[in-house]
Amino acid sequence: METTTLNSNFKSEEYFINMGPQHPATHGVLRLLLTIDGEIIKKVEPDLGYIHRSIEKMCERDSYQQIVHLTDRMDYLSANINNEAVCLTVENALQLEIPDRVKVIRTIIGELTRISSHCLWWGVMGMDVGALTTYFYGFRDRELLNDIFEETCGARLTMNYNVPGGLMFDIHPNFVKRVKDFIAHFKTKLPEYDRLLTDNIIFQKRTKGVGILSKEDAISFGASGPVGRASGYSCDVRKHHPYSALDKVTFNEALKTEGDTFARYSVRIQEMWESLSIVEQLIDNIPEGEHRVTTKAVIKLPKGEFYQKVETARGELGVYIISTGTKSPYRLKFRSPGFSNLSLLNHIAVGGKIGDLVATMATLDLVIPDIDR
Amino acid sequence: MTNQSLQELIGSWSPNLEFNEEGSQYLNVSVPPEELHAIMLNLKQNEQTSLDYLFCLSGVDWGEELGVVYHLESTEFRHSLVVKTQTSDRENPILDSVYDIWATAEFHEREVFDFFGIRFSNHPNLKRLFLTDEWEGFPLRKDYEDNINMIIK
Repeated sequence: METTTLNSNFKSEEYFINMGPQHPATHGVLRLLLTIDGEIIKKVEPDLGYIHRSIEKMCERDSYQQIVHLTDRMDYLSANINNEAVCLTVENALQLEIPDRVKVIRTIIGELTRISSHCLWWGVMGMDVGALTTYFYGFRDRELLNDIFEETCGARLTMNYNVPGGLMFDIHPNFVKRVKDFIAHFKTKLPEYDRLLTDNIIFQKRTKGVGILSKEDAISFGASGPVGRASGYSCDVRKHHPYSALDKVTFNEALKTEGDTFARYSVRIQEMWESLSIVEQLIDNIPEGEHRVTTKAVIKLPKGEFYQKVETARGELGVYIISTGTKSPYRLKFRSPGFSNLSLLNHIAVGGKIGDLVATMATLDLVIPDIDR
Repeated sequence: MTNQSLQELIGSWSPNLEFNEEGSQYLNVSVPPEELHAIMLNLKQNEQTSLDYLFCLSGVDWGEELGVVYHLESTEFRHSLVVKTQTSDRENPILDSVYDIWATAEFHEREVFDFFGIRFSNHPNLKRLFLTDEWEGFPLRKDYEDNINMIIK
């Protein structure tokens, strides 16, 4: 074991401690094995699998309609976007023509899901660095969105609103009004977020210059979502491979170049503004039409391989289906954003302090079921 | 680059590559395992291909063979390529690790080892990622049996 002499009387040596699996800052059952020297981190090794359910193996025996329901349980904060990813893969494979109404509603709910996920992240982020108040502010606004989701489809979190071919039901008559009310409400509340946390000098000192990730490393580690964009890496799937109604709207990709914890924080705050603008552009122009095209009761994909990527609140989710022409996939792989984002944690945390690790992990925004698929 | 020019360029590197575009939205190339690392390094470093983003790495049990599928994209040119490799040795499958080319492969290869039992040579830390060290067998293989935990219709 390496021993370094700080001065003639005191010696420090490396030792290792467990962070998790029940640590509040790991947001779920993630166990990190930390090798530390005093308070300086020498190595971070994640230990995974506490809640692994082997969704990929289950998919090999399930029908395509059933698979959609399993995806809610991966990244539960982006449940609707996960559902959409599987539905898009199946629809593209079958070459189904999806009504514009469905595309627009999917995009609106997808962006509302993103705002809801970022609200929760913002509240928890503040709490992780010692500002408990943010938790209540974040949840206050998120509640309103969950109410809208509940009225639309009956569920607040694991929505299951998408089916291959469209949506399970049409939107509620109140939907448009409630979403507009939310936009008006949230536009007055989002600046509050900045006043409460972003501009706080203690918060800035804890996050600026901490956990720096360069652009080259971001690409090499497969970082995506706000984590990649904070390092100046343009990786927004909505821009580069638009799906649903995202090619009909204009929005800016939130990009920062610093690559530190504060940049990742700022990107998410900016993304909430952009999502609001996307919803605003679409909410008055929901086309009339069917909410679903009928598919066969037993969906069989043609023989071949299909890949679809979407942008969840955490980054790029990929669905890779290998079909042999039967009613279940031969192999289905979910490329989850959290898994790749976790893999770079060791790289950016080494050399920092334990307190910085908590702040860094908060801006990676890990959802453990997304990693333990 | 278009798929055709990609195929011409990469095809000139080795005579043992097989290209396929059928049944997939990407250009697929099959690489023999012994040439995998050299080809992969070229794909990233060549200025014309510049495939610097490994966005998906999946293990696949093809029945007879065990294989790995790499989905690559260039962040500069925005073209994509799918590289496939496979080995027919089910008892002791060994492929080259690409973690030194794309850092994300380190975790993804551990996942493939965990579920398919494919060993990656030169991998810095090849051990089970999700399952416990005592776990027997590799669950995502098609011949895996577990009478207690797996529900088969």
